[in-house]
Amino acid sequence: MRLSVGVVKKALVIGGGVAGIQAALDIADGGYQVIVVEKTPSIGGHMAQYAEVFPTLDCPQCILTPKMVDVGQHPNIRLLTYAEVQRVSGEVGNFEVEILQKARKVDHTKCTGCGTCWQKCPEKVPSEYDAGVADRAAIYIPFAQAVPAKAVIDTEHCRYIKYLEFMEGEKEGKKPPQCRICERLCPAGAIDWEQEDETITEQVGAIVVATGFDLMPIKRLPEYAEDPDVVDGIQFERMLCPGGPTAGVVRRPSDKRTPKEVVFVSCAGSRDPEHGVPHCSRVCCMYLAKQAMLYKHAVPDGQAHIFYIDTRTTGKGYEEFLQRTMAEGTVYLRGKVSRIYRDGDKIKVMGVDTLSGKQVEVSADLVVLGMAMLPSVGTKDLAARLGIATDEQGFLTENHIKIDPLESTRPGIYLAGAAQGPKDIPDSVAQGSGAASKVLGLFAHSEMTPEGLVVG
Amino acid sequence: MDLSYYPGCTLKTKALNFEASAIAAMSVLGVNLIEIPRWNCCGTVHSMADDDLAHHIAPVRNLVRVAEQGSNRVVTLCSFCYNTLKRADLLMRNSPEKRNTINSFMDDEIDYNGQVEVVHLLEVLRDDVGWEAIARQVKVPLEGLKVVPYYGCTLTRPQEAAIDSVENPTVIQELMKVLGVTVLDFPLATECCGSFEIVSDPGAVIERAYAILGMAQRKGADAVVLSCPLCAHNLGQKQAEIADKYSDFTGMPIVYFTQLLALAVGVSPEVCRFDLNFGGVEALLRDRGLIPERV
Amino acid sequence: MRLEISSGRLRNEFVAKIAELSGQDINLCYQCGKCSAGCPMSFAMDLLPNQIIRCVQLGLTDDVAKSRTPWLCASCLVCTVRCPKGIDIACVMEALRQIALRRREDFVDPAGLERDTVAELPAIALVSGFRKLTG
Repeated sequence: MRLSVGVVKKALVIGGGVAGIQAALDIADGGYQVIVVEKTPSIGGHMAQYAEVFPTLDCPQCILTPKMVDVGQHPNIRLLTYAEVQRVSGEVGNFEVEILQKARKVDHTKCTGCGTCWQKCPEKVPSEYDAGVADRAAIYIPFAQAVPAKAVIDTEHCRYIKYLEFMEGEKEGKKPPQCRICERLCPAGAIDWEQEDETITEQVGAIVVATGFDLMPIKRLPEYAEDPDVVDGIQFERMLCPGGPTAGVVRRPSDKRTPKEVVFVSCAGSRDPEHGVPHCSRVCCMYLAKQAMLYKHAVPDGQAHIFYIDTRTTGKGYEEFLQRTMAEGTVYLRGKVSRIYRDGDKIKVMGVDTLSGKQVEVSADLVVLGMAMLPSVGTKDLAARLGIATDEQGFLTENHIKIDPLESTRPGIYLAGAAQGPKDIPDSVAQGSGAASKVLGLFAHSEMTPEGLVVG
Repeated sequence: MDLSYYPGCTLKTKALNFEASAIAAMSVLGVNLIEIPRWNCCGTVHSMADDDLAHHIAPVRNLVRVAEQGSNRVVTLCSFCYNTLKRADLLMRNSPEKRNTINSFMDDEIDYNGQVEVVHLLEVLRDDVGWEAIARQVKVPLEGLKVVPYYGCTLTRPQEAAIDSVENPTVIQELMKVLGVTVLDFPLATECCGSFEIVSDPGAVIERAYAILGMAQRKGADAVVLSCPLCAHNLGQKQAEIADKYSDFTGMPIVYFTQLLALAVGVSPEVCRFDLNFGGVEALLRDRGLIPERV
Repeated sequence: MRLEISSGRLRNEFVAKIAELSGQDINLCYQCGKCSAGCPMSFAMDLLPNQIIRCVQLGLTDDVAKSRTPWLCASCLVCTVRCPKGIDIACVMEALRQIALRRREDFVDPAGLERDTVAELPAIALVSGFRKLTG
């Protein structure tokens, strides 16, 4: 006799970037309950950080926030931010998931997101959303369009929390101030120091993993200097973004002057089996071209130089976009940059133009590195907890790389977005929908017969 | 502590200042550099052609000499010698076929199987003596002296032979700090001086030297600190010609790290043989009150 | 006249000899140019290091033989340590020099050096120069 079990028609989406958002909306619109778990205080992911997206130069916040709001308000979606998946047991159709809801020390049923607290908080911490280009307070929402737009206290940097830890502990060193300014000023009385981490247990029938990517840290490339004026692509997005720390006015971090010579370096860490990662990160050719174009729009008398090996422009409208970048005056120099270092006021970029056969150098005011795309920090641990395979670089392994790219190595767990491999926004959205269709296909059955399970 | 020491040809001829200061300084630090007997020229460069085993005999023979002394470690000062001996040792350790061929050829010698560790003096100072022990021996802090560290090629490349990080080594800087010297950031610290091209294309070496020394000058360095007699020659010997070609170049003292170490731990300046240095090292040190006026 | 690319050219003896002497697989090179970008002697070279590798890939024996580039290579190994494909380019340069030197085509004539120069040069320079540039 073969046992059949009922399928729990509720899905879990891990990761609130554009792929996870799309997956959640499609499953929810399909009529089923979805839990979205996002580890940062807001959904949106990296797309919410960009200035304008290629090839349309749309404002990403403008095209993404309607979907973010949908997720926040959808009757079928339960959104858990500042939360992480701790354990998964069971199997396809019947997973039991333990979710850690981290304490925010703010009662979200009371918080209105008015902003009084973060405007008055005295502590300054490098902002994750601004990629370190600007600071945030210890109590904060990550960005203006955050969903949920409710404050969270970063307990590692909160003065009062440090004071409490000091008082409970060895009392070594200087006593931190008691602060509590946020509590005093909050008109909704939403600060709740007693709030603790909470474990939420849910039964779900399917899981979509859409945990996205992070860029390789610059310090992994020792021949490219660690310097305030050597930034990565996401940092430059924040510098270009009209809603960003400098309102889109391009200023270099060291002395706030307008950079007149900007160098963009492709393949920083990618396509390098010896010292970096062997893979191509797929989006850098396009976003460096876009950033050069936006830079020229912002600084019309500036010069953008892009060092490249190839120009990979495979999407719709991409090749035309790149040609436009060249037509608008960006110089393309063919060759991988060997060395970057500061010499006085300038950043020297030692490169080559193999097409003309000349070794070249550029004295740049600012350098933007197209750093390699890697799975987001923590993906490997999460994959281990989920019991799904990852490849050598830590990207989630699909069931078959050609014909089944959205199934993980564990039935019932699906993949979407950059967590499965470097890709752009259209592909991430498409995969989100694809993963959702897998879930909807699964939920079309009320019962399933797990393979190998026999009774009697 | 006794250490087998391999001088190499140039330390006995044009770089007496390098050797004399090293031996004296290490003696103060409690390390006896014991020259291995019957050493031969190491060959200066590592032969990279895959079928060329003959040129590895010279460095391997020196390692055999060390082993014959019952020693399992040899220290060198000259970066070039370090690089050649080290890579010969690695080749003997990692390539069984080549090792056998070379050992069979040198049938009058004991077999060499990688029983000797090749180290550079900077490693000994960092790892065996230690910065704190050196600091305790400093009697003449070299304050006010601003230098740039120059590693050249052979201390940090290839990766297998590197004594420190390939791209961002810090050992010379750490030593200098212990001696009270101010170390300036120097992005060209591992850029090649031109090496043996001095024989075939001295003009190219002048360009390399100007690139390196010019930056040192722009940074406000008083001197370039290095570890290789070939670098010292390439950067030092042609300074008049560089100045002829590039009017903004006004000269740059070149000093071996052992000379500054020796001076700082109280070795008398005469022993350090600053008279053999290029670029006006003696005048510089005198000007800073770090060595006394000539009587 | 066009350069004819054929298997005959691509697999000629010269290419095989380079691979044998250097122990390097030239086919791994995807011509990123990083070697040329970092080479301290590039400024004096007629063909850049990556172009030399390209010529070997295409079996262009004559172009390589005429080039001064392998003789300007200082074996500083910057190319080797930074190559994303782990190719020891300095080793390839050594192989190119060896092919010429073994045909008795020395690049320097020791007897032709000025006496003053010889007196001035330290032993380390003379020995390494003659090791690399003469047969």
